[in-house]
Amino acid sequence: MKSAVLVFPGINRERDMARALKLASGNETAMVWHAETALPKGTDLVVVPGGFSYGDYLRCGAIAARAPVMDAVRDFAAKGGLVLGVCNGFQILCESGLLPGVLMRNAALKFVCRDVHMKVERSDTPFTRGYNAGQVIRVPVAHGEGNYEADEETLKRLEGDGRVLYRYCSPEGVVDEASNFNGAAHSIAGIVNERGNVLGMMPHPENHVEEIMGCTDGRGLFAGLVQQFEKAA
Amino acid sequence: MKARVTVTLKSGILDPQGKAIEGALKSLGVDGIASVRQGKVFDIELAATDKAKAEAALKAAADKLLANTVIENYRVEVLS
Repeated sequence: MKSAVLVFPGINRERDMARALKLASGNETAMVWHAETALPKGTDLVVVPGGFSYGDYLRCGAIAARAPVMDAVRDFAAKGGLVLGVCNGFQILCESGLLPGVLMRNAALKFVCRDVHMKVERSDTPFTRGYNAGQVIRVPVAHGEGNYEADEETLKRLEGDGRVLYRYCSPEGVVDEASNFNGAAHSIAGIVNERGNVLGMMPHPENHVEEIMGCTDGRGLFAGLVQQFEKAA
Repeated sequence: MKARVTVTLKSGILDPQGKAIEGALKSLGVDGIASVRQGKVFDIELAATDKAKAEAALKAAADKLLANTVIENYRVEVLS
């Protein structure tokens, strides 16, 4: 799997992401500067990493979403290429129109930096095939604006089409108000676009991939993506 | 030419920052505040001298970047 990680000024999780991708795929990851107008040839997966692009000025992800490289990402996604956005990456994908909805201030107005649990809703997608449907995984979050909101119609479509892939839950897998720490609509942690090739999620699976991190629950996502391309090859 | 673009949250969109400000005003004892919604103001200087052209440019700026029209409304005013 050949992956490309986008780099915007103010992004700070790009190396964690590249490390996780290398660990899973064995390949070096291309780091692509925001001013580029094309992705490296043969890219299988584009990752928009977390951080604070442009200092979260204006709105989180708003300025990065208009960067030159995003036109190339839009073309790539339109051709069916896989795109993964994590944290600020999720915000950037929403701002760029690649995903519906918006990430608002956390309902309690607090920046939340801790481990949370989320439930894998289905396992038949490139982004979840490394897990079992219904599996509960522990992942870190670190954000102040992760409260996913969309209009009723959009939420209905997301649910009806099974496009909510990850949902916040208790360690036992119960989706309830107490585990929905940021107030997201329907406890949404991660969604895909209509075609199913663009995923945005707030938690950081790339920070739970090695024993030394204290948890390896994030590995499944990357292993699944690698499998996806092994199968295709 | 000077202009102002005001961006506000659409009605029905939860505004936790506005709510926090509302609470703070109440605790300060400022009377008669029914509700607070927070927005943004952009003061912009334009090279254009034609009002219609300036308005078109400001509208483009708001649509493309200043507002997220999924959740926000905007108002464009040419001031002078």
